[in-house]
Amino acid sequence: MKNRRPTTVHALGVGFALALSTLATSVAAASPQDQLRVRALVATTCFQCHGTHGRAVPGTAMVSLAGMDRNHLRDSLLAFRDGTRQGTVMNQLMRGFTPEQIDVISTYFAQLRP
Amino acid sequence: MQRRAIIKGLGAMGAAGAVATLGGCAAVTGTGTASKGRVVVVGGGWGGTTAAKYTRLFSDYTVDVTLVEPSRQFVSCPISNLVVGGIRTMTDITHSYDGLVRNHGVRLVHDTVSVIDRDRKQVRLAGGQTLGYDKLIVSPGIDFMWERTPGLQAANAAGQVLHAFKPGAETLALRRQLEAMPDGGTYAIVIPLAPYRCPPGPYERSCMVAMYFRRHKPRSKVLILDENPDVTSKPGLFRAAWRDLYPNIIEYRPEHRAVAVEGATRTVRFEVHDPVRADVLNVLPVMRAGRLAVDAGLANADGRWCHTHFLSFESTAAPDIHVLGDAIQAAPGMPKSGHMANSHGKIAAAAIVSMLNGWPVDPSPMLTNTCYSFLDERHAVHVASVHQYVAAERTFRTVPGSGGVSAARNELQTLHTDAWARNIWADMLS
Repeated sequence: MKNRRPTTVHALGVGFALALSTLATSVAAASPQDQLRVRALVATTCFQCHGTHGRAVPGTAMVSLAGMDRNHLRDSLLAFRDGTRQGTVMNQLMRGFTPEQIDVISTYFAQLRP
Repeated sequence: MQRRAIIKGLGAMGAAGAVATLGGCAAVTGTGTASKGRVVVVGGGWGGTTAAKYTRLFSDYTVDVTLVEPSRQFVSCPISNLVVGGIRTMTDITHSYDGLVRNHGVRLVHDTVSVIDRDRKQVRLAGGQTLGYDKLIVSPGIDFMWERTPGLQAANAAGQVLHAFKPGAETLALRRQLEAMPDGGTYAIVIPLAPYRCPPGPYERSCMVAMYFRRHKPRSKVLILDENPDVTSKPGLFRAAWRDLYPNIIEYRPEHRAVAVEGATRTVRFEVHDPVRADVLNVLPVMRAGRLAVDAGLANADGRWCHTHFLSFESTAAPDIHVLGDAIQAAPGMPKSGHMANSHGKIAAAAIVSMLNGWPVDPSPMLTNTCYSFLDERHAVHVASVHQYVAAERTFRTVPGSGGVSAARNELQTLHTDAWARNIWADMLS
């Protein structure tokens, strides 16, 4: 999987993410349509507050997610989900996501340039 | 290797954007050789700008996008209540469309649509241009059903009774009415039955006006005259704010159905209750989908809102026309909000890119909504929700156990409000 040659910034790591996720089809490689599903998922659920491609507007009280360590991000999101980490909106939002979706999201952002 | 691929990807993005911009200037239909199709977006608000940008992004800049919007600048409805309250300016909520052109190769046409010709798949503009499309996205926002409240349209045209529910000139005009009002006066806001744009908006506005009165006109009153049986959004949080932050300033009266307005005396008459005369009368008219959608026959939900297929936001009345934002007949639990319109735009963009490529449309899209309300300079609250498409019902449902409102008002959420606004504006426009 590491040797796969991504053609765009968005392709990076998405195949890996899909292999982890219930979003994955039987196709091991990330087809363009599977990539699009992941890109749409993060766009509709994360980008509004954390910036397009997870790059928050500088100077705003919002964390940039692009390039964040995958395990750190996943553990944070899971902690919001189970309430062991207290936030404001994040607990309420993360309870709407499955652990598999959180894996996909964490992998996506980890592969982006900060 | 990853870094090199990223740089290559970004380079390709820039080049594609530049080509599309030049192509767009050269010809109306402007398709380059690599174009996968032509998308026309009508309406440069929260849904339309997002759909334009994300159709470009999701297609890796292979779909041509033209955005038709008469206004030269984007003015945000969210945060506009803070302008009414005097703690933000019009400059803070006014933004350029240039980023869509410069960064994403969207072709921007400042005009209005006169006719949608479904058979020829063309839109004709008031200025005379004709734009052909493979997919049309209509994001017209709301318009007002003036006829539901006799006297209101004339009073509004005369500048006597404002709504300030489309941001711009009325936002500032309402602020000036409040500034001109003598201390000891009454501001009354009249709220129609839901659904209307921005459920918490009128209650947030009552707080912003009361905040101004508390500091500058402490003998003045805020009267909320609501046709709904109760506060339609964040009821506990707003009631607590009215009680704790604005005792003896804000009074809430439910089940007040306005039936007529007299502009000269700033009087509103109700179906059951006694008429109310105010020094500043702010009446939100009954709302429906923007006029373009109604004229095009897309408003097939009681002639008021537009039914869509929720996997793609394609109209149920017309193939290849997608409708977004406040204009749609919403799914259960889906508010008419800017954040939601942004999400609609992304799901529609992904679906359209899939359709133009011959791929299946994502069968299980998700979206979230986050909505903040200011209570005063130092306190804000939120409501959040997560929505998952449910195939068996062909609609979105909120995910059980998710979502909710603030545990309490606090200062942190004023910072989050600002961060949300600046990031989502950039997500639409930059």
